[in-house]
Amino acid sequence: MFFVALYLFLSVSNCYAQAATSLDLLNNAKEYDGKTVHYNGEVIGDLMIRGDYAWLHVNDGSMAIGIWAPKVMVQNISYIGNYHQKGDTVEVSGIFHRSCLEHGGDLDIHASEIKIVTSGNALIQPISKKKFYIGACSLMLVLLFYALKKLFQSK
Amino acid sequence: MILKPQLSDIKNIGYYLGRITLDIGLTMFLPFIAGLVLFKEPNPALDFLISANIAIFIGLALSWACKTDKDLHAGPAMVVIALSWLAAMALSAIPLLLSGHYKSFLDACFETMSGFTTTGLTLVQDLDHLSRSHNLWRHLGPFLGGQGIAIIAISFLVKGTGGTFNLYLGEGRDEKLVPNVINTARFIWVISIVYLILGTIVLGLVGISIGLKPQSAFFHGACIFMAGFDTAGFSPQSPNILYYHSLIYEIVIIFFMVVGSFNFNLHYQVWRGNYKEIWKNIETRTLLFVIMIVTLITLAGLQRSGVYSGGMIMFRKGFFQLISGQTTTGYMTIYAQQFIKEWGDLALTGIILSMALGGCACSTAGGIKMLRVGVIFKAFRQDIKRTMLSPNAVVVQKFHHIKTMFIEDAQVRAVLIVTLGYFFLYALGTLVGIWLGYPFLEALFESTSAAANVGLSCGITDTSMPAILKITYIIEMWAGRLELMSVFALFGFFVAYLKGK
Repeated sequence: MFFVALYLFLSVSNCYAQAATSLDLLNNAKEYDGKTVHYNGEVIGDLMIRGDYAWLHVNDGSMAIGIWAPKVMVQNISYIGNYHQKGDTVEVSGIFHRSCLEHGGDLDIHASEIKIVTSGNALIQPISKKKFYIGACSLMLVLLFYALKKLFQSK
Repeated sequence: MILKPQLSDIKNIGYYLGRITLDIGLTMFLPFIAGLVLFKEPNPALDFLISANIAIFIGLALSWACKTDKDLHAGPAMVVIALSWLAAMALSAIPLLLSGHYKSFLDACFETMSGFTTTGLTLVQDLDHLSRSHNLWRHLGPFLGGQGIAIIAISFLVKGTGGTFNLYLGEGRDEKLVPNVINTARFIWVISIVYLILGTIVLGLVGISIGLKPQSAFFHGACIFMAGFDTAGFSPQSPNILYYHSLIYEIVIIFFMVVGSFNFNLHYQVWRGNYKEIWKNIETRTLLFVIMIVTLITLAGLQRSGVYSGGMIMFRKGFFQLISGQTTTGYMTIYAQQFIKEWGDLALTGIILSMALGGCACSTAGGIKMLRVGVIFKAFRQDIKRTMLSPNAVVVQKFHHIKTMFIEDAQVRAVLIVTLGYFFLYALGTLVGIWLGYPFLEALFESTSAAANVGLSCGITDTSMPAILKITYIIEMWAGRLELMSVFALFGFFVAYLKGK
């Protein structure tokens, strides 16, 4: 019983139950270093597959943090945030490193679990009529002005 | 007696300003076409069409209204340059503002001034969702500004008169590679475009090897090259170079940052097969010496702070940030907050020193520049020799920069004036920062980064910083890039107009 209780105590003390923000992690990097953290945010950029692992970046609205995860763990991610789409929102659990020995001193999280909280979606952006008309009218104006300039210069 | 500028001078300035504004407008068709054809981003493409039309209209109107055949003298040429950079900043900010990723026009202006001056400090919001067209424009800014806005005009739009050389001088360049200034400008473009193609291919291939998809890898490659070779430090993703988590990628970037910080005249010598010039040149020697000193300081600081446990890791992180600072690029493989929270004062001092001294003259790098540092060092040595030898002894000091030259007092005076000007700029931003409540070292770091056109940040540069600080940094970036003289000429011109007779 004693050992079970000790194990539970150590597990809990080694883990920040509440999700940490990127600013929390950066501002208290020393305290979080080597501890298990929960971190939520949108997957952005590219999935970079490296052998059996992958790099992905999760942005919580303030900044993006690199997540190192086994390839199988990222296979369910369908949307990665960019101009054309909103990425999946994920909850990452893993060990935070302020200076990762495995990755040349990078600040990162080695994921032990990635849960998709909300699926992303394509961002449909219809052509703005206002921009189209302003663009077309201004182009005509410039061409007209150029023609007038040439006409006056030739006289 | 101060002479009031005549109407013909103002017309002359207006004409050349118009031509340069026109070329800024024309360059906006690059992201317009790329957005429409390559990236399938019609709305961002329209942002560039609208902005290009505005710039072209203003350019045509100015050059028409102020049409003149009069040659451009040195003073008005400097005024043209100073105004052109302000015009470039304002007009290029329009598409960025239309993207909706900037909180205000001031923020967009900050971004474009930072880009054109190859600084790299950024105020973009939600960069990870910014369109590729706008991202391309952010990175084209350093590529155009790094070579020089006037260089574009000299190469393609302005007739070859004595005025073109004055425009060339106004952008802080005083070395002609070949006797004709138009051919010099064109050669600078040839070097830059050859490197752009090579750099994009190399970084694209490395990008694919580290897991980026081919289209993404080459887009990143082109952007990272433009902002790396032109020592700007912008990147298409918010974590900057930390995004790639790759030692090879970092090594390739270090190579391009260093090459980009070399004097274009040195590139020309190497181009002609004169490889010995690399080792003989005062700038490369000084650069090597300075890098050794600041590396020692920075690594000693990092060792003391204990943030990195392994020696190799400490060297990798320290050296990358240091070369980024020394070449005035501003690429980062750490987060801005880590500078202040984890690096410690000594390491930070090493980086500030490297940023303040900067890269080579007649390159895309900023800061005081290695040629000046080398000349000051030699002059100092000459003075020490003078005090030690007999008063009648003639002490000469030589240095090698393309050819062997003797140090002259007038030259040392000119070098010291510009160096003092840079110290004044660094101090100006630091004082404003302290006045606004930022700690001394952070204020000094950010101010030096802005004035030396570096772009490393310890976290002050943010959309929430006071407008007065944004304006101060804009002025520092502008004056720093133009090596102060054109900015002084502009103020002198206004004073002469108001008080002259």
